[in-house]
Amino acid sequence: MNTQVPSRNWNPYVAGALAGLLLVLSVWITGKYFGASTTYVRAAGFAESALDAARVAAMPYFIKEKPIIDWQWMFVVGIALGSFAAALLSRTFRIQAVPDRFAARFGRATGRRMLTAFVGGAVAMFGARLADGCPSGHGLSGSLQLAASGFVALACFFIGGLVVARLVYGPRR
Amino acid sequence: MELLFGLVTGVLFGALLQRAEVIRYDRQLGALLLEDMTIVKFMLTTVLVGMVGVYLLADLGLAKLSLKPLVLGGNILGGLTFGAGWALLGYCPGTAGAALGEGRIDALAGMAGMLAGAALYAEAYPTLKQTVLTWGDFGKVTLPQLLGLNHWLVIAACLVGGVLLLRWFERKGL
Repeated sequence: MNTQVPSRNWNPYVAGALAGLLLVLSVWITGKYFGASTTYVRAAGFAESALDAARVAAMPYFIKEKPIIDWQWMFVVGIALGSFAAALLSRTFRIQAVPDRFAARFGRATGRRMLTAFVGGAVAMFGARLADGCPSGHGLSGSLQLAASGFVALACFFIGGLVVARLVYGPRR
Repeated sequence: MELLFGLVTGVLFGALLQRAEVIRYDRQLGALLLEDMTIVKFMLTTVLVGMVGVYLLADLGLAKLSLKPLVLGGNILGGLTFGAGWALLGYCPGTAGAALGEGRIDALAGMAGMLAGAALYAEAYPTLKQTVLTWGDFGKVTLPQLLGLNHWLVIAACLVGGVLLLRWFERKGL
């Protein structure tokens, strides 16, 4: 067996359909729909509790989304582990700090990419919590249940993303 | 037990995301720049399969829907804000951990940013709850309810529309 050449990526329709079946099985067996952004709230609650537990215990949002480890918390950790395992098995694991597309446009400076990622992450998460979900909770779980909120949020995710991506990378030449 | 199910489901989902290469910055920006629709193909297929499966389970009484309320103020303003941050980060909350898992270190900065964003939102929540989150609150409604149609009709329309969109992507080589 050739151990050097990385495996080719899977067809997105096949992988997407398998992910759909996985979601249906999850709903059937445990009643849980996919979601991810609430986990960041719970994790932030944990971190802040280490500094000032009494304050966190009194904050309305952390009362609504308690700093506990639940199904979704483990799901989000599992996603990272599953990706790590799949990357190793397919020999596609690669340490990279600046993505190719970013480097081609803005150079290989790590600091610039890290700062962009941090700010982007903060803005994205604030928005996801205001919208009450992210591409998992609204985009997948919401729209597949035909929830009106899922379609509205998903459309706005893409509208906001299309506009800012265009601003960052400029018009297509 | 529930925690174990969460972990196993996550591991399988993470492996699928990684093998389809949908967690990469280049792919996510590719979709937002309308050059590479790989992530849209993945998401749309997941949604179409999930739609049929979940409504079948619900009709058979084997599962319950879990709807998020339609609050136009929050869904629209939050959605646009999320999109703006997403275009800068190039990962989303579910895929950032997966990107880190395949060695993309910049995802770590993104995850730190997301923690900061969550903390910031917790501070702003009491104010937002009385303002933005009261604008256009329609409760937990589905598209079939709003349209007054049977859900299978709406699902059929989604299937047809979805397949046509995907065929168009393939024709355009996106």
